[in-house]
Amino acid sequence: MISDITAARDAALAHIAQASSPDDVAAMTTRYAGKKGELAGLKKQLGSLESIDEKKAAGAAINEAIATVDAALDERRTAVAAAAVAAQVEAERLDLTEYIGKPARGHAHLVTQAWERLEDVFVGMGFRVAEGPEVETDWHNFEALNMGEGHPARGEFDTLFVDHVAPGGQPGSTLLRTHTSPVQIRTMLDQAPPIYIIAPGRVFRRDTPDATHMPVFHQIEGLVVDRDISMADLAGTIDAFTKAFFGKSWSSRLRPDYFPFTEPSAEFDIQRPDGSWIELGGCGMVHPNVLRAGGIDPEEYSGFAFGFGIDRMALMRHGVDDLRAMYADDMRFVEQF
Amino acid sequence: MKLLLSWLNEYGDFGDPTDEAAVARASEALTSLGMEVESIDPIGDTVDGVVTARILRLESHPDAAKVQRVYVDAGDGEERHVWCGADNISADDIVPLATLGTTMPNGMTIERRGILGIDSEGMLCSAQELGLGEDHSGIRLLPSQTPLGMPYGDALGITPDVLIEINATRNRPDAWGYVGVARDLAAKMNVAFRPPEPVFDAVGDVRTPPVEIVDGDRCARFTSTVLSGVRVVESADWMQRRLTAAGMRPISNVVDVSNYVMLELNQPNHAYDVETLGGGGFRIRLASEGEHLMTLDEIDRTLSSDDLLICDADDTPIGVGGVMGGLDSEISDSTTTVALEMAWFQPVGIGRTVTRTGLRSEASQRFERGVDPFGMPNAITRFAELLAETCPDLVLHAGGSDERSANLPDENRSVDVRISNVNRILGTSLSSDDLAPLLDPIGYIVSGTGDTRTVQLPTWRLDSTAEIDVIEEIARHHGYDKLGSTVPKPPDHGGLTVRQQRRREIRQVLLGLGINEAMPNPFLAPDTLAKAGLPGDALRITNPLVSDESVLRTSQRPGLLRAVAFNESHRRTGVALFEIGHVYPPAEGELPGEYEQLTVVLAGAEAPAAMSVWRELTAALGGGARIDQSKVPAGLHATRSATLQAGKEPLGAVGEVAPDVLAAFDVTERVAILEVDLDQFLAREPKATQWKPTSRFPSSDLDVSLVVADEIPAEKAEKAVRQGAGKFLVDLDLFDNYRNPEQPGQRALGYRVRLQAPDRNLTDADIAEIRRGIEAAATKLGAEMRS
Repeated sequence: MISDITAARDAALAHIAQASSPDDVAAMTTRYAGKKGELAGLKKQLGSLESIDEKKAAGAAINEAIATVDAALDERRTAVAAAAVAAQVEAERLDLTEYIGKPARGHAHLVTQAWERLEDVFVGMGFRVAEGPEVETDWHNFEALNMGEGHPARGEFDTLFVDHVAPGGQPGSTLLRTHTSPVQIRTMLDQAPPIYIIAPGRVFRRDTPDATHMPVFHQIEGLVVDRDISMADLAGTIDAFTKAFFGKSWSSRLRPDYFPFTEPSAEFDIQRPDGSWIELGGCGMVHPNVLRAGGIDPEEYSGFAFGFGIDRMALMRHGVDDLRAMYADDMRFVEQF
Repeated sequence: MKLLLSWLNEYGDFGDPTDEAAVARASEALTSLGMEVESIDPIGDTVDGVVTARILRLESHPDAAKVQRVYVDAGDGEERHVWCGADNISADDIVPLATLGTTMPNGMTIERRGILGIDSEGMLCSAQELGLGEDHSGIRLLPSQTPLGMPYGDALGITPDVLIEINATRNRPDAWGYVGVARDLAAKMNVAFRPPEPVFDAVGDVRTPPVEIVDGDRCARFTSTVLSGVRVVESADWMQRRLTAAGMRPISNVVDVSNYVMLELNQPNHAYDVETLGGGGFRIRLASEGEHLMTLDEIDRTLSSDDLLICDADDTPIGVGGVMGGLDSEISDSTTTVALEMAWFQPVGIGRTVTRTGLRSEASQRFERGVDPFGMPNAITRFAELLAETCPDLVLHAGGSDERSANLPDENRSVDVRISNVNRILGTSLSSDDLAPLLDPIGYIVSGTGDTRTVQLPTWRLDSTAEIDVIEEIARHHGYDKLGSTVPKPPDHGGLTVRQQRRREIRQVLLGLGINEAMPNPFLAPDTLAKAGLPGDALRITNPLVSDESVLRTSQRPGLLRAVAFNESHRRTGVALFEIGHVYPPAEGELPGEYEQLTVVLAGAEAPAAMSVWRELTAALGGGARIDQSKVPAGLHATRSATLQAGKEPLGAVGEVAPDVLAAFDVTERVAILEVDLDQFLAREPKATQWKPTSRFPSSDLDVSLVVADEIPAEKAEKAVRQGAGKFLVDLDLFDNYRNPEQPGQRALGYRVRLQAPDRNLTDADIAEIRRGIEAAATKLGAEMRS
């Protein structure tokens, strides 16, 4: 009997070893495993055995054989499944460098990219972003900025005038803003100090387009008005911005300059890590007349303002040496960035 | 303003021009004072190896017609032979000899070279070859007493120098004269300031040229002084050299001294020949409209009634006041007596004349910024002193005219300066006693005691009128680099407004959809709006650069269509572009009807593509609009476009650009378009979307097909399905729109309706009931439901 059991077990194991697919394993499981399988069927012959001991020994042998075969089936099932996955994976090989199709994302304008990067830095420094109209009154663009009628500095702005006439107004007193400073005036008139704003935006000058000039371009200005704001605060803010925007190893300096709307006025330069300087923009302490125009008492509050070109930030970052290219809406340019 | 350092050094020791470090120090000090150094150019370099030599004799050679043999002595006792092609030389002339091995400025090295087998042992040089000017007509002859064998530069008094170009800002009228620059620089560099202190006594008989100031607003002071004993000759070499270096052509002693005094003291002036001066005096009045004057530059100027004229006493114009003299007023070689004009003109008036006529001169640039109204006496004496160098018999006559008007600025102006305010604005901790050492050296004279000091303002700084102006001077001389660096703390957090955040979100959605951002020119040609099928009512730029850019856009459409056409012409079809920016339609009010717009153009796509962009935007940002195809926006495809209607206001447009507009813009593809008024769309702050629980019970799909007449929008059919399906509807998709050619005027719309109950499985009975509901709604709409 024992030898029959052993033979049946070995035959089953040999058979299982040859199973090559999950289906084979399933069929063999039905045939050999469990209480209804062929091995369990051997238990019917136990009755023909004489002694209890023989029956016990044969029964134990059958159970052991079933366990062995079940284990073999489990092992084979796992192996066959793994082989099937491996075969599938092997059959599905792809060359990922074999790329058909075109990149589908859209490209933000370089000016927008620089604009948002600048906004993010200033927002992080605690500034709000202010906006205003691009067609402006002479008062907001010049008069309120300490450039009354006939002020010689007006001539330097190459202003474009618009034929809109306000009710009761004079022709020639509506213009395309030459800087975003009118937004400063509007903010001061709208809001009591403390004021911490930046005003990015589109500005206009009567400039013939060339590699560094466009009649339509973009500027960002900052305005801080609070109690006891000093020129040291201006220097510190410019320097903090320089480090945040360009990098920790950059620095900045102020040197005297002239603008009608600030006094003292300064030009600010930034220094690359290699020691070379770049002239970036203008700044200064808000002129008392400008604070007054904004409805703020210069004896109670003081402030500083600064401004520079957004377009140039974009050009510098990407090594574009012709401003006109940035405004051509030519896909060969747009898709590079 | 170009500054010759050796000249500047006359008023203070600012640095040896040959010492690079010293020049750099002076340059940095200038920049730190706000007189930004634009360039530093070394001048007066000489060519090493070129020495003085005397011509011993000249010989011609029978076989060389164009050159002759010259024997020279360079002082070393050797007789040298050179070939020379110039014919302005003769024996005993002293000439510059480039010796063997000399490298000339043009790069050529002088070598032993032969003509007809006879070597040349050097080269005689022209002025041009030595970089001394343009003259190449002959050899540069040197003074006859010149020792031999010395560097020619020494013989000519050429010394190395440095020309520093500074950019003087508008608030620094004094920086347009050497003395003004020197005063500021001396104070900064802490060296002694040595202004010229001219001495020349007026000893002649009293001569007072009649002066009548008719327009006292524009001319506030006019002085005229008579100088006799004038002899018109060349100026001294030193003066010619300085003027040349400063970029002025030496003309004669009188003109040169005039220019020199202007450059030195920032006092423009003009000398007239008394003999030819009608009535021997002056009348200063506004021009009559259309009056003519031939100016010194030989251009016939037509003047306006806003231009100031200097006339002679007979009222004949002889100059544009403060800008340029008349051609006929020039002094001549035979002039012996001059009337010297020094005046003060209203800066703004000069600016207006310059802007209108385009006539800009050294004088106008200075008057426009404001010269010292009280500098004339010193400048007159200086003029006489300098002119006397070449006119030994010069007489300065007493009794010169000095007419003034009420418009002349006050000579004594002062402001109070509070040390507390200085420190508040600058962030410094200066004491009142620190002010005088900073201000006195630059002519701001501090007096008084205590926390508020009185500062007398210098007459040459008319830009200074208020306390803040003095604070700026304090900052400049204390040093901007010493002001410290602190960062103020905003009381509030920074951030973007809802509108700004939503604008960024729109951009992100559009970029994610593969649409690129464009920024076309907002200025249009006069016919562009009409070409785009848009109303022509628009604002115009009154002073455009070119007429093609003279109209302010009322729509972004033309600019984007041009961009599509441009890319098409460069073999890029199917371009997808968007723009976020302002448009400027006319409107009544203080300002026009400017608002922010979004336009999307999808080249090579049909109207539904634009609809799908709109759906994505509203899905992401909330909001929406009725699609009203009964209102076709101007310039769009009449049967494929709609107005986006939000409430009663149009919010925008969606559809396709009209074919004739595309043709007018040379666009060959279809262009789907979406336009949205962002002032409206961005202003809304939608509530956060609220959660709808998802059911854990299985869903069932029901496909229905509605045959709908073409007149009925699918929007309505969808609404009917939605209503008919009732509360168990969780999703609805239009998956088919079949138009059977045999049955025109209608189409079959296939919808997949996904149904699900929150609390149980739906039964067949439920589905059947929903189906009946949809059918009823469809029938009510006039549509037929098929299974």
